[in-house]
Amino acid sequence: MPDGAVPVLDVRDLKTVFRTRGGEVHAVNSVSFDIRPGELLGVVGESGSGKSVTMMSLIGLLPSPPAEVRGGRVLFAGTDLLRCPPEHLRSVRGHDIGFIFQDPMTSLNPVFTVGFQIMEPLRRHKGMTRAAARERARELLEMVGIPDAGRRLRDYPHQFSGGMRQRVMIAIALACDPKVLIADEPTTALDVTIQAQILELVRDLRQKLGMAIVWITHDLGVIAGIADRVIVMYGGQIVEQAPVRALFGNPQHPYTRALLKTIPHVPGARREKLSVIQGQPPILRAAPDSCAFRARCAHAFDRCARENPVRIDLGGGHDVACFWDPATGGPRHG
Amino acid sequence: MAEAAAARRKLVEVQGLKMYFPITAGLLRRKVGDVKAVDDVSFELYEGETLGLVGESGCGKSTAGRAIIRLYDPTAGRVRIDGHDIGSAPQSELRRFRPLMQMVFQDPQASLNPRMTVAAIIGEPLGEHTELRGDALLRRVYELMDAVGLNRSFANRYPHEFSGGQRQRIGIARALALNPKFIVCDEPIAALDVSIQAQVVNLLEELQDRLGLTYLFISHDLSMVRHIADRVAVMYLGRIAEIGPRDGLYERPLHPYTEALLSAVPEPDPNVESRRRRIILKGDVPSPANPPPGCNFSTRCPKVMDICRRIEPVVAEVEPGRRVACHLYDKTIETAGGTAAATEARAPNKETRT
Repeated sequence: MPDGAVPVLDVRDLKTVFRTRGGEVHAVNSVSFDIRPGELLGVVGESGSGKSVTMMSLIGLLPSPPAEVRGGRVLFAGTDLLRCPPEHLRSVRGHDIGFIFQDPMTSLNPVFTVGFQIMEPLRRHKGMTRAAARERARELLEMVGIPDAGRRLRDYPHQFSGGMRQRVMIAIALACDPKVLIADEPTTALDVTIQAQILELVRDLRQKLGMAIVWITHDLGVIAGIADRVIVMYGGQIVEQAPVRALFGNPQHPYTRALLKTIPHVPGARREKLSVIQGQPPILRAAPDSCAFRARCAHAFDRCARENPVRIDLGGGHDVACFWDPATGGPRHG
Repeated sequence: MAEAAAARRKLVEVQGLKMYFPITAGLLRRKVGDVKAVDDVSFELYEGETLGLVGESGCGKSTAGRAIIRLYDPTAGRVRIDGHDIGSAPQSELRRFRPLMQMVFQDPQASLNPRMTVAAIIGEPLGEHTELRGDALLRRVYELMDAVGLNRSFANRYPHEFSGGQRQRIGIARALALNPKFIVCDEPIAALDVSIQAQVVNLLEELQDRLGLTYLFISHDLSMVRHIADRVAVMYLGRIAEIGPRDGLYERPLHPYTEALLSAVPEPDPNVESRRRRIILKGDVPSPANPPPGCNFSTRCPKVMDICRRIEPVVAEVEPGRRVACHLYDKTIETAGGTAAATEARAPNKETRT
C-alpha cells in the first residue's frame, strides 16, 4: 500500500454521546484514526463496541437527538465534516464517501426499481441526464457481476436474491466513484459462498478504482483475507491498531488476544474447549477514567483501575492502549 | 472414529425423507407445483454423537431438522428414533414421544414467551409431561438452571431482562427438562456474538459429555461445525451432497460442492489467506421449486460433465463411512472409460480413486 501518502480521511478525538432517558451513554470516546487512498482498513470488535456508531458519526448519519457528536475533527479533502454546512455534508455523502449497510433487505427501498435507486445519486450529485445515468447504472450493475444488467434495471429489490441485493447496494455506493467506501458488516447476512464472491469483487474493485475502504466486521477470518491494517475497538475506544500480519502474529492487547482465541481454527481438535471472554461489553455512563476492559481482563492490575490507558506507539504502525506487556507478562514500561 | 461409531447403536435413522410444500395459484388455490425443500434425504445418528448438518441458506437443512422431530408432517420417508417409528406416528401418539426429542431454536428472542418467567418457561414441559408439581417441580427447574449456568435468583425474571447468550441458555434448559436423548440444535449460535458463541458451544459439549446426548447440529458456520461435530452432512438444494466423518470431510472433501464451500470459509490467519486458492462459485442457488435436471449442483459445478446434466447421481459409499452423490465417483463411468470431458474433469481427483 502507498506508504506516506496523505490520508484521504483523518479522524481525531471523535466523541459521540447518546442522551437517553436513563442518562448519557458514551458510545465513542476519543477515537483517532486515518486512512490512505487505496488502503483497506478493517474495524473489529464485539457488538456494542462502537464500530458502527463511530463511522455513522463521522458522516453525520446518526439521528440527533438522541445522538450528539461532542468533539473532535473529521478532515476530508481539507474540510472538517463535523463543522461544515449541512448542504456540503450532503454532497460529500454518497458522492465522495459511499456507505454499504449490513442488511441489504432493509436498506433498499422496496417501491422503486433498482435502476431508479442507482440513478438517483448520479442525477443528484453528478447532474447526469436520464439517459446518461441509465447507461452508467447498467455499467455499474455489470461491474458488480449482475448478469443481464440492462434488463435487471427495471426489476424491484424483491426480485433479487440476498447476494444480488448486496451487489446492488455496492453498485449504489460506487455510483459516484467515491474516494472512501465505508462498509458496515456487508457480508454478515450472506452465505459463505456468496461472501467469497463479494470479497473477490471488493479486492478487484479496489485495485481498479483505488479507493480507500473501511470494512467493519466481527469476522476475523474476513479481516485476515482482505485488510491491510486493522483497528480493534472496545468500549468506544481504539484499543489496538496494527498492520494485519502484526495483529494476527503479535497481538498486544488482552482483548485482541482473547478475541483471536475464541474462534475455532479449522484444524482445531474436538474436546479441546473453546476459550471464552466472560462477561459483556460495558455500557459507559460517563467518559471512561479507567480501562474499560478491566472487568473482563485476566491481566488487570491496580493501575488499570486508576487510569485509562492511552495508545502507546510500538513502531511499525502498531499501537496499543494497555498497561500490560505480553512479552514480559508484567506491567509495560515507558 | 468410524470403527467406534459402527459398534455404537443407531439412535436416529432417517430414510428417504421428503418434505414438499405445495405452491398454489389462482382463486381456487389449485396446486401448481411443489417446493422440494427436502428431497430424498437419508442419514443416521449414533448414540452420543453430534452430526453437523451444513449448507447455504435455503438448502433445506432446518426443514429437515424440523421434519425429523415431526414439527412438520413429512411428505414421504421413514424416521425412527430410539426404536420408535416417529415418521408415521399419528399426532395423538406423537405426544408420548415428545420427551425423547427436543429442539433448541435459532432465535432465543422469538422462541421464548415474553410474558412468562424463566421458571415458568423451563417448568412448562415438566407440567405437561411429568407428575412433578409445586416444590418438586421448582427443585427440578433450579437443577436445570444450575446445569446450564443460570443463577437461581433469576428464576422470576422475564426473557427481555437477559442477554442473547443467557436467553439461549434458557432455551437449552427447557430442551433438557424432560431428559431427552436427541436434541435438534437449529443454528443455536447464529444470532450470538462471537465471544458468546464459544460459551454456548462449550455448554452444549459439556452437557453432551455429562448426559450422553445426541445432537443434530444445524449450522452454516463451518468452522464451528468442525469443532463440535463427529460426522458432517452437507446439503445442497434439498439433497445430501456428501456425508462422512469430520476429519476426512474437512481435509479431503470429495464432492465439488463441499470443496467449494470449505474453500470459501475465511481463515483467521493472514499468511494462510494470502496463499489460499479459493473456488468461487458462479451464480446463486437455483429455486427448489424448479431444480435443474440431473445433478442439482450441475449449474454451478466447476467440474461438471455431460452426464451430470442428464442423470441424477445417487448417494453411494465411496470409502468406509463416506458417502457422496457425485458422478465423479461413479464406478460405471470409470470402467467405460468415459468421455474426454469426463476424463479431464476427473483428473484432479486421481488420488481419491486409486
